[in-house]
Amino acid sequence: MAGNGNNEKPAKKKVVEKKYPMSEQPPAERIRNFNEVPYGYDVETAVEEARRCLQCKKPVCIDGCPVEIDIPGFIEAIAEEDFAEAIRVMKSFNNLPAVCGRVCPQEDQCEKVCVLAKKFESVAIGRLERFIADYDYEHGVAPPTEIAPTKGKKVAIVGSGPAGLTAAGDLARMGYDVTLYEAFHAAGGVLRYGIPEFRLPKAILDQEVDYVKSLGVKVECNMVIGKVFTIKELLGELEFEAAFIGTGAGLPRWMKVPGENLIGVYSANEWLTRINLMRAFEFPEYDTPIWAGKNVAVIGGGNTAMDSVRTALRMGAETAKIYYRRGEKEMPARIEEIHHAREEGVQFDFLVAPDRVLGTDDGWVRGMELCRMELGEPDESGRRRPVRCEGSQFEVECDMVVVAVGTYPNPIIPETTPELELTKWGTIKVDEETGMTSVQGVFAGGDIVTGGATVISAMGAGKRAARGIDAYLTDK
Amino acid sequence: MAYKILARDDITSESVRMVVAAPHIARKCEPGQFIILRLDGKGERIPLTIADFDRDAGTVTIIFQKVGKTTYHLATFREGDEISDFVGPLGRHLDLGRLGTVACLGGGLGVAPIYPKVRALKAGGNYVVSIIGARRKDLVILEEEMRAHSDELFVTTDDGSYGLRGFVTDQLKLLLDEGRKFDTCLAVGPIPMMEAVCRLTAQHDLPTLVSLDTIMVDGTGMCGSCRVTVGGETKFTCVDGPVFDGHNVDWVETKRRQCRYVPQEKQALERFEKDRGSK
Ligand SMILES: Cc1cc2nc3c(=O)[nH]c(=O)nc-3n(C[C@H](O)[C@H](O)[C@H](O)COP(=O)(O)OP(=O)(O)OC[C@H]3O[C@@H](n4cnc5c(N)ncnc54)[C@H](O)[C@@H]3O)c2cc1C
Ligand code: SF4
Ligand code: FES
Repeated sequence: MAGNGNNEKPAKKKVVEKKYPMSEQPPAERIRNFNEVPYGYDVETAVEEARRCLQCKKPVCIDGCPVEIDIPGFIEAIAEEDFAEAIRVMKSFNNLPAVCGRVCPQEDQCEKVCVLAKKFESVAIGRLERFIADYDYEHGVAPPTEIAPTKGKKVAIVGSGPAGLTAAGDLARMGYDVTLYEAFHAAGGVLRYGIPEFRLPKAILDQEVDYVKSLGVKVECNMVIGKVFTIKELLGELEFEAAFIGTGAGLPRWMKVPGENLIGVYSANEWLTRINLMRAFEFPEYDTPIWAGKNVAVIGGGNTAMDSVRTALRMGAETAKIYYRRGEKEMPARIEEIHHAREEGVQFDFLVAPDRVLGTDDGWVRGMELCRMELGEPDESGRRRPVRCEGSQFEVECDMVVVAVGTYPNPIIPETTPELELTKWGTIKVDEETGMTSVQGVFAGGDIVTGGATVISAMGAGKRAARGIDAYLTDK
Repeated sequence: MAYKILARDDITSESVRMVVAAPHIARKCEPGQFIILRLDGKGERIPLTIADFDRDAGTVTIIFQKVGKTTYHLATFREGDEISDFVGPLGRHLDLGRLGTVACLGGGLGVAPIYPKVRALKAGGNYVVSIIGARRKDLVILEEEMRAHSDELFVTTDDGSYGLRGFVTDQLKLLLDEGRKFDTCLAVGPIPMMEAVCRLTAQHDLPTLVSLDTIMVDGTGMCGSCRVTVGGETKFTCVDGPVFDGHNVDWVETKRRQCRYVPQEKQALERFEKDRGSK
């Protein structure tokens, strides 16, 4: 700790204008492995960074956080080197800090509104969140989580993404008997099958899932609810008193252009699931095969597109290019991901969309025909709508295409639960406040309600629904 | 939770039958549905048709042919061994109902998935004419079971060592040429066989259903690995199928997509056999 002793805080300290940098694996090295890119803060840097926080009387950063973490509270504890207190504060708001510290779009949330950001760089809230979670996993300083006495009531959670894990963890802490059903063989949702190892190591996710289990949550994998049990059966024969649906928006959206079923065209979900969940990047040590192109095109501008394209480099692509139909500013991906992708040599072509995928005589991808776009009037999302520039079509060569243009809500539960009211987009309608659906005792949250959104908003929905379920079962 | 193998037998030199304890699935499954299994922590996820089930005993029967790494590996599992993951029931349950006279064609291991459908058709009051085929006599499977649930049963072998020499399509053609009338045809087997059946039945305006066995990952509609073009539209075999109108399937595309991992599959199998050889 440079200079000043621990106890005496200088009355008026000079503001450190920039975030302390976080060291990273150099780009040339990291594109050849799946190891995590940023290394995280060491203790000294974390404490220094924590001391940049002004401890505002009215901490606006909290308003920017979808789960309202006491940000100055945990940061102050880090500044005072009381790491046990820091993690205690953190975990009283957030069951999955090691995940959020890595994948939340902080630049649009807490860090965006941080008062320091007006003149300088904001406090590195995300990095500090990650630091304290990792510190706790390494040193085990967190005091045991308090769990309320058992209420003797059973609650079923369907889907183990951030929404389901959060609802499950919170309800278990309140004393409910919670069973979490997951369709895949491992828990985590998008955190497991979508977000790659180099951004969220699966060992970290395992620890977060183990933490939720340690609260008493029973996790049952390999259970496709709707197929093996319907929601009605969960509430009937299986005697659950309430159910939460957090099944996400896992259905791939296609471009609906000719050639999309050629070999070498992947949905982002297939490409990422084979690699992350099934670990095809370690084939043949792991059994799942994958075919990876040398000259890769990824369609889309979100986190999924960035993850797909950066994964392609790590799978041996010589060129990897993003094609996005709007402009650079409109890309929904986290800034850090775009920045990392650029550093790694990913190329970008904006205002362009495929008209068709071109194939060889034996059915493999050989290229695409694209059309230039320009931005027109804003659409309902507030972003300017891309409009085709007729006559601007051109061809490019590539041997693999990943389609990352969004997802739809997973229909298995709605189809097998006809009583559930849906929106015209196929998402489940809920009461904003409680998360209850049109069916008594059935709650929902996360991407299945909002369409593809963020980890933290799914967690926020899980938290609200846990409170809603508690209120419902208390009154019942 | 793992899934225990309660019984296992080699039904031919190339195929194995296993009875697996999976009470949740047994309680719910219907003919035509499938499961996805993963043998262990490093395994791939492969779909297998539910060949039979016993709701009271809580068991599901699978029959598989040793073709790739996973099926060769699974064949080494013994009674009492456990399969790490076993998910189902997946796919649409096809309520066949009363169709009239139905020709049911099973080629090779396709007899296993067609058997539960034959049973359901027969129980549903249909007149069932079954044709099952294999390369040689000793590779014919489920002959007795199929006979018990069919009104007529024909067997074909490629080498003529049993039944009619030729393919199941040759037998169907003989029947059609004799003027036999069918209301529907059901065909399950290797892609070239289903394609050949569809070509023949299209000439006779005989509606034909096929059950596809595409490459899958999740089996719940989230990846599109299993996609096929049917009547010009993209369908997911795992959630929209596995049964489709055979006359509308784009067979060229289906065949190509099915072969897309052949070099990797070969590599994995060779590696597995080498590992076993050295043990
Ligand atoms: C590649 C990718 C990268 C992303 N990167 C970021 C990022 O950096 N930052 C960020 O904030 N957000 C990111 N997102 C978005 C974020 O991951 C999602 O918004 C979030 O995971 C939604 O959480 P959820 O709990 O609603 O659903 P999911 O995470 O989708 O989990 C749903 C779970 O339910 C299971 N399920 C589905 N149907 C059934 C059923 N019938 N029965 C049982 N289980 C079922 C699924 O298998 C899955 O495990 C990314 C998304 C993707 C795809
Ligand atoms: S707004 Fe920024 S400076 Fe103020 S308390 Fe929050 S993190 Fe600290
Ligand atoms: S297997 Fe993934 S969608 Fe069918």
